[in-house]
Amino acid sequence: MRLTCPLCGERDLREFSYTGDAVLCERPAPEAGPEAWDAYLHLRENPAGVARDLWHHGAGCSAWLVVTRDTVTHAVIAVALADAP
Amino acid sequence: MGYNALRLLKEGLTGNKGWQPVWRDPAPKDAYDIVIIGGGGHGLATAYYLAREHGLRNVAVLEKGYLGGGNVGRNTTIVRANYAMPGNSEFYSHSLKLWEGLERELNYNVMHSQRGLIDLFHSDDQRDAYVRGGNAMINQGDDAVLLDRDEVRDRLPYLDFDNARFPIHGALLHPRGGTARHDAVAWGYARAADRRGVDLIQQCEVTGIDVEGGKVQGVTTTRGVIRARKVAIVTAGRSGQVAAMAGLRLPVESHVLQAFVTEGLKPIIDHVVIFGMGHFYISQSDKGGLVFGGDLDGYASYAQRGNLPTAEHVMEAAMALMPVVGQARVLRSWGGIMDMTPDGSPIIDRTGIEGLYLDCGWCYGGFKATPASGFALAHLLATDRPHDTAARFRLDRFRDGVGLMDEEGTGAQHKLH
Repeated sequence: MRLTCPLCGERDLREFSYTGDAVLCERPAPEAGPEAWDAYLHLRENPAGVARDLWHHGAGCSAWLVVTRDTVTHAVIAVALADAP
Repeated sequence: MGYNALRLLKEGLTGNKGWQPVWRDPAPKDAYDIVIIGGGGHGLATAYYLAREHGLRNVAVLEKGYLGGGNVGRNTTIVRANYAMPGNSEFYSHSLKLWEGLERELNYNVMHSQRGLIDLFHSDDQRDAYVRGGNAMINQGDDAVLLDRDEVRDRLPYLDFDNARFPIHGALLHPRGGTARHDAVAWGYARAADRRGVDLIQQCEVTGIDVEGGKVQGVTTTRGVIRARKVAIVTAGRSGQVAAMAGLRLPVESHVLQAFVTEGLKPIIDHVVIFGMGHFYISQSDKGGLVFGGDLDGYASYAQRGNLPTAEHVMEAAMALMPVVGQARVLRSWGGIMDMTPDGSPIIDRTGIEGLYLDCGWCYGGFKATPASGFALAHLLATDRPHDTAARFRLDRFRDGVGLMDEEGTGAQHKLH
């Protein structure tokens, strides 16, 4: 598996670290309540198939990336900057 | 049907035509008292203990593939009870005791080999931590022996003791730790459950869990609708997909864990050796292959195979610890799918749906847990009360933050274990 960083191009997997489901980008408001925080911190769709997850290009440009990929085949479908609209 | 040397010789000389299937292949009935989804080690053990301990025999195990075709056949076969945290400690201790009586109880050779598990440490500070861990094991009633450097050298002369980064200072020996023949565990439980009247139904994939008014009614499968008073999800590796059929979301993320085996060699490694600093563990199978594994690849996956950086890391750890294995050729590698929970400990609990039960989240510790997991889930299914050894494996501990079991002390969020 190789990832194509939008800033650096196609790079070795070892340059990146995975940090979890891209739901991490949708942080609830502090007063959202325990149910919302439980969902955000713990509960996961955990799809077998197309998933969106958050990666950090730590050994490259330090960008945070949202990677769309297939968890069954390891095919990478899209890589985008995490703050892109 | 007995297995013995004479029978083996006779069958070997007559084309092996006399062997009979050792469990039935029943068609699913319309209804059962209890349906267990998943015919792996834990599901089969649950069915066996339901019949054995609670006299409940109107039970079906539904398996989408073949019995034991999932993670029970995709691990490194290690059996140990070296946990320290309340919850894990008594549970794995109970599991090891069940392992020790398993062959006699099932009348089946699961090749449980208590060859001793040697967990290495590399500094004074790490020694202190291992002393504490060993004391916790002894307090639980299990066994632990602190070995100094020379005592490790007596047992494992082939290690690189003077590695510049991780010189070996000693080890914690867990004499009752060891390995078991993974497939045989599934087969032994399957045969024993079948003989007690449990229906083991293969090629039967659950496609829906039927819930009405907050109460489970049964399951829809590729072989028709099956009604049940109680349904247990025992599908670690696919827990999220099955739970989603009942509208549940779980605190589980699936990761791939790779393992490797070399060509068969003469006996060299007599124990299970654990090199925690390299995320590396190794033992030698009875067939002679060196079986070893490493850490998770580190990203969500259902692929049952990993990527090369982790394979390379595992090989580097092997070479750093025991350069002698560099002469062996790796035959094959495989990946198992781990239900990773935020705190690294499993879940055996009821759900918000009446009659629906959950056994999942085994992280990378599921194989050694097989007997105790089945025992505890059977107790929960039969009595609606958690078994004492598994009472802390609650589903709601993440939501409440009460009773988290973070054995590694790294935190209780995803990606930390």
